[in-house]
Amino acid sequence: MKSTNQIELTAGLFLLLGIGALIFLSLQATGGASAIGDGSYQISANFTNVGGLEEGSDVNMAGVTIGTVQRIALDDETLNAQVTLSISERYDQLPRDTSAAIYTSGLLGSQYVALQPGGLTETLADGDKILLTQSAVVLEKLISKYMFNSETEKGG
Amino acid sequence: MDEPLTTRTPLYSLRQLGASGIFLLRAFARMRFGATQWRELIRQVYFVGARSLVIIVTCGFFVGLVLTLQTYDTLSRFGATNTIGTVLALSLFRELSPVLTAILFAGRAGTSISAEIGLMRATEQLDALELMAIDPMERIVQPRLLAGVLAVPALSLIFSLMALLGGLFFAVYLMGISPGTFWGNMQANVELVRDFLGGLLKAAAFGFIVSWLAVFFGWYAKPTGEGVALATTQTVIASAIAVLLVDFVLSALLL
Repeated sequence: MKSTNQIELTAGLFLLLGIGALIFLSLQATGGASAIGDGSYQISANFTNVGGLEEGSDVNMAGVTIGTVQRIALDDETLNAQVTLSISERYDQLPRDTSAAIYTSGLLGSQYVALQPGGLTETLADGDKILLTQSAVVLEKLISKYMFNSETEKGG
Repeated sequence: MDEPLTTRTPLYSLRQLGASGIFLLRAFARMRFGATQWRELIRQVYFVGARSLVIIVTCGFFVGLVLTLQTYDTLSRFGATNTIGTVLALSLFRELSPVLTAILFAGRAGTSISAEIGLMRATEQLDALELMAIDPMERIVQPRLLAGVLAVPALSLIFSLMALLGGLFFAVYLMGISPGTFWGNMQANVELVRDFLGGLLKAAAFGFIVSWLAVFFGWYAKPTGEGVALATTQTVIASAIAVLLVDFVLSALLL
């Protein structure tokens, strides 16, 4: 039988190992680290169709992830989709006339917002709105357009 | 009130379910935290937690290896082997680590708890404690229940860690996936609260269930060698069924 001291020491070591695993896994294996990281600011953009874009989707510029989609809601007046983008504070030099487009990674992959920088020296700040947007390409629409077009061609 | 339930009574299973519920209420009715309680809790964390480390570490590593092997093969048919880290981490955190840890824990620690308490009953140690005005519920049952709730999440985390190391070893060193792809894909797609902490909550619930069943079957074991043997067997069977059933319910609620 081990002494009480040794037992308590081993129990403590064991729990410490568990806590160590918790910290390591939550920082290394989940997206938690970037969420706690630096601050962010919000900009919004209106799209006529967001397709399969979801809250939490990436926001890219030149292929680099600079933020996430924070909220998608229907604008009551214009009946467009109003998308709020949360951009990391490190990237606060986006030109005022930056445009946004919704693309799909791969043919059937998840959708993301791609920002295309403009040329103005003024920069976007918290609460600003992106005016130039390009909606998601809805695959079904494209296919049906193609099919019906070929139908009419055949008919005519 | 504490005599063993005989299988001959009608509605045996239903009675047993009721008895286990009443047992739990009794265990928590007199929940107290004195210095001796803490000492006993730490001792139990050592016995059920630290002593289960060997089986958890080895099983975790091999589960990680074989999971990566199988998933890699499946993903390569779709040309999606880059997502291996995500698939691995999601299946481990959300499902495999809590469930496998709980079942291994039932086999390693649950059996020893119920055999120990069954033997205490058979050798009249529980009665002796009561004669000394020490409540066995407080001294024996409560620390083991709480130790399970503490130990299983910790073991589940260690299981995940070892399985990810096993997966990393297979995917990166044997299959040539770059470590950046492995971790980066994981970080991009695994959510801290929903996937990771949800799984941890499941592990705590399983730890509670397994240690509850272990103390319950030990407490009501027939005071014979056969009775103790039966109690340990019942602990493993009931734990496995209860864990998998609760797993479904919790997954549906949490995820």
